[in-house]
Amino acid sequence: MNLKKFKIDFKNKKRLIPQVLTIAFIFLVFAYFSYNAQINMGNRGISFGYGFLSQEASFDITFSMIDYDGSYSYGRAFLVGLLNTLLVSVIGIIICTILGVTIGIGRLSQNYLIAKAAEWYVEIFRNIPLLLQIFFWYYGALRLLPMPENAISFGEISFLTIKGWYVPKFLWTNFSIFFYSLIASLISIFYVFKYAKKQREKVGKHVPAGLISLSILIILPALTFLIGGVTLNFEYPELNQLSDTIYNFKGGISIIPELISLALALSMYTATFVAENVRAGIEGVGKGQKEAAASIGLTRGQILKLVVMPQALRIIIPPTTNQYLNLTKNSSLAAAIAYPDIVLVFAGTALMQTGRAIEIISITMGTYLFLSLTISVLMNSYNKKMAIKEK
Amino acid sequence: MIKSLKTMIFVGLASLLLVACGQGGGGAGSKKSKTLDNTKKAGFVKCGVSQGLPGFSNADASGNWTGLDVDVCRAVAAAVLGDADKVKYTPLSAKERFTALTSGEIDILARNTTWTLSRDADIGLTFVGVNFYDGQGFMVRKNSGINSVNDFKNGISACTNTGTTTELNMRDFFNSKNISYEPIAFEKADEVVQAYDAGRCDTYTTDKSGLAAQRTKMSAPDDHKVLPETISKEPLGPVVRQGDSVWEDIVRWSLNTMIEAEEYGINSSNASSLKDSENPQIKRLVGSEGELGAAFGLDNEWSLRIIEQVGNYGESYKKHIADTGILPNRGPNELWTKGGILYVPPAR
Amino acid sequence: MIQILKPNRDNLNTSLSIGLPLIVLGFIDFFGNTFLNTNITEFLPSTLSYFFPLIVGSIGLYFIRIEYSGIRILDHFNKSVNSTTFNAVLTLLIIFIFFKYTPPLLDWLFFDADFIGSSKEDCTSDGACWVFVKVWFKRFMYGMYPNPEQWRINTAFLILFTLIGAAFFVPPKYKKYIILFMLFIYPIIGIKLISGGIFGLKWIETGAWGGLSLTLIVSAFALILCFPIGMFLALGRRSELPVIKYSSIGFIEIWRGVPLITVLFMSAVMFPMFLPDGTYMDKLMRVIIAITLFEAAYMAEVIRGGLQALPRGQYDAAKSLGMGYWRMHLLVILPQALKLVIPGIANTFLALVKDTPLIFVVGLLELAGMIGLAKTNPKWLGMAIEGYVFAGLVFWVICYAMSRYSQRLEKKLSTER
Repeated sequence: MNLKKFKIDFKNKKRLIPQVLTIAFIFLVFAYFSYNAQINMGNRGISFGYGFLSQEASFDITFSMIDYDGSYSYGRAFLVGLLNTLLVSVIGIIICTILGVTIGIGRLSQNYLIAKAAEWYVEIFRNIPLLLQIFFWYYGALRLLPMPENAISFGEISFLTIKGWYVPKFLWTNFSIFFYSLIASLISIFYVFKYAKKQREKVGKHVPAGLISLSILIILPALTFLIGGVTLNFEYPELNQLSDTIYNFKGGISIIPELISLALALSMYTATFVAENVRAGIEGVGKGQKEAAASIGLTRGQILKLVVMPQALRIIIPPTTNQYLNLTKNSSLAAAIAYPDIVLVFAGTALMQTGRAIEIISITMGTYLFLSLTISVLMNSYNKKMAIKEK
Repeated sequence: MIKSLKTMIFVGLASLLLVACGQGGGGAGSKKSKTLDNTKKAGFVKCGVSQGLPGFSNADASGNWTGLDVDVCRAVAAAVLGDADKVKYTPLSAKERFTALTSGEIDILARNTTWTLSRDADIGLTFVGVNFYDGQGFMVRKNSGINSVNDFKNGISACTNTGTTTELNMRDFFNSKNISYEPIAFEKADEVVQAYDAGRCDTYTTDKSGLAAQRTKMSAPDDHKVLPETISKEPLGPVVRQGDSVWEDIVRWSLNTMIEAEEYGINSSNASSLKDSENPQIKRLVGSEGELGAAFGLDNEWSLRIIEQVGNYGESYKKHIADTGILPNRGPNELWTKGGILYVPPAR
Repeated sequence: MIQILKPNRDNLNTSLSIGLPLIVLGFIDFFGNTFLNTNITEFLPSTLSYFFPLIVGSIGLYFIRIEYSGIRILDHFNKSVNSTTFNAVLTLLIIFIFFKYTPPLLDWLFFDADFIGSSKEDCTSDGACWVFVKVWFKRFMYGMYPNPEQWRINTAFLILFTLIGAAFFVPPKYKKYIILFMLFIYPIIGIKLISGGIFGLKWIETGAWGGLSLTLIVSAFALILCFPIGMFLALGRRSELPVIKYSSIGFIEIWRGVPLITVLFMSAVMFPMFLPDGTYMDKLMRVIIAITLFEAAYMAEVIRGGLQALPRGQYDAAKSLGMGYWRMHLLVILPQALKLVIPGIANTFLALVKDTPLIFVVGLLELAGMIGLAKTNPKWLGMAIEGYVFAGLVFWVICYAMSRYSQRLEKKLSTER
């Protein structure tokens, strides 16, 4: 890093004065705010401090990925909210990527029907505010689902009701052995591909890397079941009667409708932007590339997979990462429906119980800021790396 | 930077000291109340109410607010400004109610708020009395077969408002009975009602008065019943900001006047005729004797205006809660002389 | 075996005679199911029967997929729609979904819907209850603004649209004045007209504003105000003075890294603490300031893109004429840069309009908030879907129009170069 950038040239008055004025302005603004805040807090008898984080929270949360109940601290409640935010963001990112890539490619299809359908999807879902889409899914669509006793069932092992989507729970023993076997197979697959590439370049021999990797992926974990002592059982959700008319499902995992509607709305909305990025990326690859590939006899699908996509990815990835970030930030809309993400749990319930507005909001904004800046920095370094490669 | 921080703290403390000295002065002529001055200047009382709870604070189609909580604000307006209708009502959710008060957006929070220790001591607010003694209860459908809270089984889902004492009490209750439950908490009361009505949750819990009032908003009110048990104490009352003791006293004694007036049989129709009563306490309450108003910086007719324009507590209760069918039986909200627990200090 | 069945030019007639009947069979079954309610495949299990047209149709399409058959229509069809199995199945799926679900949707939206009436009892059919929208329409447009005063909002917007129209059609000499008038003087007129308090107009406090008019007011104000701030930030970020540069970067990155909902919470909950004791700033003003600062950060990035895209020659030429920093930017750089990024500005405005429904979390009832209020009114329970469909339509029309316009603008400006 060039430190000369930071040096302030004290001799040049004309350049010095605006900078001094700026510093003074910022300082005055901060001082004014702190002064007022201290007076206001003093008048009301409120103290400032982050100690409340270790106090008992005394409220329960609907859905949590880690153990939590009211006897844990506010700090733990914050963690629960954060994990919920990340959960819905990851699910949203996966779904919107698949959906967005499909629709983006579909828009460039030669099939008039598919291209038009993709175009209308983008135009419709991009121009309706995300909040309205979330409301529609949650208050409109998901409220129409049936009560547990009349649940829509998928093969009798999974049930869709107004109270949530119940799926079987995986019960592992010795999960760690299985996990390590997965990691081991992934590492060996990596080396198989490297070896295949080397063989292809040096000797011209074609090693069926894909087939080998698939067999490793299946055989190695399967071995752990046979000799590693790993077992997998399923806990199925069962209809359970709580009273004359109240039923619910016991066992299994319940995915609450708040999570479903939020993930659906986020994915469908962000998929439109991803689709546009993919389309711009594919169109941005030089026409000559496509023509050359066609002239050596590759089919359209092969051209897309082998020639266009690798080049298009360079154009697609930066704005798409931006969209992923937007999706994560938009997940904060969970506060409008009762999904316990970090805004609802921490900047909502905890704020109301403790009244510590400044501390809580600063922590919440700081968390989002940290996530955004991390992704930005990673994206910038990826961009630099990509830029150097391209002579 | 650190030097300036110290300076700021010093200046802040110094001004705090000055302000404190100024208020602790005591004696005549130091009845400084910033809120009172601002209210008089603005010409209306800034009152925070609910977003629509029948019986306590509810707006009709033309935008007029009525209810038991609304009457507290009207009483203060009658006492301070002379006209009970000079009030600006700000509907607030459970989330914004306290910050609206501490930030100055409203001066009185009359929103059936429960008086608890942490709220009184920890967040810069002061409760000035109780205008409704209540308790938390549960509502279920009549055909569910549940007749008491002991019938609740593991896995029951309960809807409530987020950020309220209800959420905390609910947890304590289910824990004490070792029942695992699914808490679903919304910000707006209307969303809670809708979720319960649609079947998303099996039971709805809040103060019993709230249950009775919100039932009128459901699609089939007669399908639901309130379970008999009360699982907590919920004394509901008006709240003001900490730090303005004169304003506190005005609101506190406005409420007390309404209750004490009923105790002595003074109501909105006979108040002025009782100016020559033989009972000295009645005379004090209608302002024909004593200088009670001066204690707050008000004239002497302040209590008379409250009783005449708003009515006494019984009239208010009857109009908003009994006659509308929400809770015809006053229960603990009756005068201590008639078997309830409304017992206020005397105005003298 | 498969070789025999593979359709090609040699067995043209056989393939066609297998494929075409299959397709026709699929269509008959499908249309019979959808429109005539007859099910000719009742003897099959229900899932199979449901997807029967799809399966049969795709098999049929496989059989008629003959390369270079010589029949022109067939070849054209095969190249575009029937090129691969995947394509064929997708096409059939789209037709399937379209015809199966569009008629019920249209029924619900128009044919079975109730348009006449004034209360919930008038909604007797299975269709949408548009009576709900009709009765609440004024509330959705104007919020709690009193009915007799609504002409004021109409007037304010009428003036705005006339000004915008004038800015387009007036000769360039006056364009500058109109734009300056719009940016600086009109906001004051508009606000005074709507809030009242002078010239005998009744004072309507901002809590009563709502509905679509509030959405447009907030968007318009935020856009007008975020523009100059964004410009300063963009210039500051490109400045060579380290203090200014890094404080601009810090400001921009902070506001871009947090979600709008937390910014709104901050303005509602935290901001009053920072003001002197006793002063109280109107909630709407706080919200507009928060949204303005938020959008200014995004606007700054858009403008910065324009500044970067200008060729260095412009800067050098301006400097060689002896222009100082400000003159250079005002007269040479900014006009060109802004013209370059007009599509970006339009996009930011579009995003702003789509972000305004969030202000309902701080208690201001714009369109989405009003619908939330209306749907919980005891006389109108259960109208959630109609309300949100209506709001979705309104927003969609506005946003689609704007995005179409900005696309046209982009095309027009790119050809100018």
